[in-house]
Amino acid sequence: MSRALAFLTRRRGHGGRWHWTDVVTWVWLLGGTVLMFGPALWLVASSFKGPAQLAEFPPTLLPYAQIAVPVAGHDAPLPLYEVTGPDGTTRQLAEIRRIGTNAQMVDPAEPGTRLDVDIAARRPVREVGLALDNYVRPLVANDFLRFLWNSVFVTVTATLITLLTNSMAAFALSKYRFRGRDAVMLLIVATLMVPLSVILVPLYSVVNATGLVDTLWGVILPTVATPTGVFLLRQYMLTIPDELLEAARMDHASEWQIYWRIVLPLAAPALAVLAIFSVVWRWNDFLWPLIVLSRRETYTLQVGLNTYAGELNVQWHYILAMTVVTMIPVVLVFVFLQRFITTGIAGAGIK
Amino acid sequence: MAARLPGLGAVVAAPLVLLARAVDPPLRWWQRVAGQGGMAAVFLLPNLAIFGVFVLVPLALNLVYSTTAGTGILLGGRSFVGAAQYARLLECGDYLDALTCREDMFWTATANTFVFVVFQVTTMVAVATITALILNREIRGRGFFRAVFFFPVLLSPVVVGLIWRWILQRQGLLNLIMVSLGLDPEVWLNDRTYAFAATIGVSVWAHMGFYTLILLAGLQAIPKDLYEAAEMDGTPPARVFRRITLPLLGPNLAVVLVLALIRGVQIFDEVYVLTGGGPGTSTLYLTQYIYEVGFASVLRNPGLAAAASILMGLVLVVLTLCQLRLSRRGAARDAK
Amino acid sequence: MGTMVTGTMVRGRGWLLAAALAGLGPAAWAQEATELRMMWYSDGIEGEVMADLLARFEAENPGIDVVLDNVAYQVIQEQLPIQLASGQGPDVARVTNLKEQAEHWLDLRPHLEDPAYWEENFGDRLDWMRPDGSDAIPGFLTQLTLVGGFANKTLFDQAGVAIPGPDATWDEWVEASRQVAEDQGLPAAFAIDRSGHRISGPIASYGGNYIGADGMPAPIDDGTMAFVTRLVEWTEAGLQLPDTWVSAAGTTYRSGADDFINAQIPFLYSGSWQVANLSTKIGDAFDWVAIGSPCGPEGCSGLAGGAALVGIKYTEHPEEVARLMAFLAREEIVKEFSERTLFLPAHAGLVAGGGLAFRSEDPNVPPALDRFVEASGETVAMADALPAWKWANAYYGVLVTRISQAMAGEITLEQARELMDRDIADAVANAGQ
Repeated sequence: MSRALAFLTRRRGHGGRWHWTDVVTWVWLLGGTVLMFGPALWLVASSFKGPAQLAEFPPTLLPYAQIAVPVAGHDAPLPLYEVTGPDGTTRQLAEIRRIGTNAQMVDPAEPGTRLDVDIAARRPVREVGLALDNYVRPLVANDFLRFLWNSVFVTVTATLITLLTNSMAAFALSKYRFRGRDAVMLLIVATLMVPLSVILVPLYSVVNATGLVDTLWGVILPTVATPTGVFLLRQYMLTIPDELLEAARMDHASEWQIYWRIVLPLAAPALAVLAIFSVVWRWNDFLWPLIVLSRRETYTLQVGLNTYAGELNVQWHYILAMTVVTMIPVVLVFVFLQRFITTGIAGAGIK
Repeated sequence: MAARLPGLGAVVAAPLVLLARAVDPPLRWWQRVAGQGGMAAVFLLPNLAIFGVFVLVPLALNLVYSTTAGTGILLGGRSFVGAAQYARLLECGDYLDALTCREDMFWTATANTFVFVVFQVTTMVAVATITALILNREIRGRGFFRAVFFFPVLLSPVVVGLIWRWILQRQGLLNLIMVSLGLDPEVWLNDRTYAFAATIGVSVWAHMGFYTLILLAGLQAIPKDLYEAAEMDGTPPARVFRRITLPLLGPNLAVVLVLALIRGVQIFDEVYVLTGGGPGTSTLYLTQYIYEVGFASVLRNPGLAAAASILMGLVLVVLTLCQLRLSRRGAARDAK
Repeated sequence: MGTMVTGTMVRGRGWLLAAALAGLGPAAWAQEATELRMMWYSDGIEGEVMADLLARFEAENPGIDVVLDNVAYQVIQEQLPIQLASGQGPDVARVTNLKEQAEHWLDLRPHLEDPAYWEENFGDRLDWMRPDGSDAIPGFLTQLTLVGGFANKTLFDQAGVAIPGPDATWDEWVEASRQVAEDQGLPAAFAIDRSGHRISGPIASYGGNYIGADGMPAPIDDGTMAFVTRLVEWTEAGLQLPDTWVSAAGTTYRSGADDFINAQIPFLYSGSWQVANLSTKIGDAFDWVAIGSPCGPEGCSGLAGGAALVGIKYTEHPEEVARLMAFLAREEIVKEFSERTLFLPAHAGLVAGGGLAFRSEDPNVPPALDRFVEASGETVAMADALPAWKWANAYYGVLVTRISQAMAGEITLEQARELMDRDIADAVANAGQ
């Protein structure tokens, strides 16, 4: 234990003494872990709860199921309760049936004697139990593999196109001086200002006119020219020294080569950030695919899982389970890509 | 770059590298013909083409919608009313009292959004900067902690709203904890102040990973030898932060500020699920107003919604330009 | 070809088989079938039941292939209208905004073998889904709903308070619930779903009327204000759970069902569609009863509503659509659908004949559904007119928005009344343009 503690508290050190920044660091990190991860873990735990338990007040941390015990003379196992007697003693009884505010109970050890118990005096005995049905049913009932493939296709294609077109545009906007550059930049920033949820109808008209409704390209194309990506990459590329480009031009590198061999590698951290975001966004895209895709062979996972949202009732247990399933691939992508951020410019050889 | 990608990355990258080589000769020719300016056009073209069709055209259409009235969804079935929708939105007896306005909900939403953005952006930038600085230190399990702080970004806004609703509601997780600590429970979402704070907290929770990552990428780009030199000179950390970190982080901070501001103004899904705009109208923000007017009700008024969205966009453009100008001036001053 | 084969996967069984078929490539088989698209949303298991029924239809009609596109309700509300306005859409859809979009529905009459059967069994509610003055047969209600209340019988028993009788007024119900809540230490006495539709039955019981002599929306009247005033006062006094109404803005829908399920309130005013939900989530935790609607001076009215399956005018296969609709509207099919989903059927012959055996082991369910059937005869004239009234949803939205503000103390009741009148006038003016 103490070794584990020593391991955890190890720090870049000036002779083992704690600097106040180390304290802040660890308080922040551990506090952050609880705050960030806690609700998410709770989400995962909740995804294993049945519909009744999800609606339960007060909520429990873990999914529970009531224990049922076989009792002689009864076909089905009976639910087990802990009953507090009038004298304050407690015993575990199985319930045969409840009538109004009274429960007919029986001690599993002596199945012959029936007891009458006020329901206020009993509490269910429960154990951790997973409602795997939340996962199994949607996976079996839905065209899950098809949805998965559609999501992967949309995410990968959109991300590749985003990285390429956005980095090209950002390169032009950060490293060339030409007439109208500021105007183009302004235009791009300005279009960040109106959220998608507000221009749905005009956008749908455009997609409809281009014949892309109910196709995956109708989901991909409107999202790839993201102003955010251009903006992010441009700001990053501004920090790349122009001298590097000039030196390459001296060596007769073409502009395309400069972009491809110098600027892109140097912008790797920003590209990794954009790649991560693009993957996350496209994977989680919901509102727009919902509008474009109404035939189930084109559904993405997000659209598929939202079929459990009805008018008067939402089947949260399925939605939560499918949310957890859809989260797994993006977590993996993040773990893979975030390493590229650490490599950074410093390691790439500008000095 | 391709050479540094391991395994799977190399496989993905190989065709891309081939493609990049293949386009070089024709582009070289074009460079000779059209010069550098011509190359700028080539680099801009793919993005601007897609952008033009799928962003600019819809925005232009939105502008047209804002000059029409009626319940029709397609432009063909709507009648032109000029600036009437704008006039209706802007008509007010006293701009400080929403109830005296023709569209009281619009002004309530605008005022709420303004206060929200001020608090949310400040909190967001501060929290993201601190987290990025900490994650940039050489600590054990850095990769793990990065994943931890980024994790909520992976959740869809609807799920974020839902989780926190279950935490904050009358018999939610938070009250469960309060009771077990011997404190009095509170109906958080029925209280104006708490509900407002919750919308800020939850949106920071959900999106800070995004901004932290941008800042982290910026921090990684600062050459390490600058810090080493500072350490050798015995410069105190606060000074290192002010003189090295902050100026070099400038462009990324500008990105974060601008994006946080824009997305703050556009806040919608998670708040919609979390508070639904309540209690009363105290967390009713602009996008929810626009969404309700434009889509949610059966007798929708898309023209009014479009006009409101354009007013919102205009304000954002002005704010963003001010911010960019300030950060540029700041960067210029720091460089001296 | 590819899409057609994937279409057969929809029934939710054996996509592997379908994939194998795609590999074998029986192109001729796929091309023969006419493909129909049905857009469907689910609140519970009705999507699975429909998939079963469609499989049966396909077995009967080898030339027709029906693809069930399960969608989120949001798609029905937000995407379908755009599609319809552009003259597109699925062939058949399950929708709730029946009257406002009536111009887009297909008139099945010329394609039906036996229109009289439809008149006879669904005739009462065809006006809900066709333009005023038309005799079209656009479809039928898959589910008839009725707004009404539920009481937690166990809580009432524990508190020793008698459940108010069938003629009890709203005041009596709220008072009885208050006693239960006080005795049992509950946070509130009752909750009504946050929806203008829910409160319109009670408003009708208090003599409120929305419909002007010319069929256009009338200004908010005193009857409406009578109930609205009570509602606001009950909420301010902490009798109605503030979580449903106060803690949301605009027209956001919030249900009080979860609080009822967790025995936090002894009395819930919602509707018949909750029966399946309550049965699943409450289980054996307590006994609950459907109580119909409490009374006002003018009656004890709830409000009917429902979702309908309609043909879409823009289909290329009206004959096949009619054949599908005729199949689904058969008495035995409607019966099976209702029994399995625990929905109230809207088929006159079926209701009159009785003999519905709802498939539930929960002893609370059958009496609850019976009570709703009975209560559907207690609605007053205004409530009966609303489902077929074009402006109803606009009126509901305005009521919810402003009443909530009054409950939150942001505006007074007088201001609320003025604002409601203005909002309605705005909606009418905008629609006229």
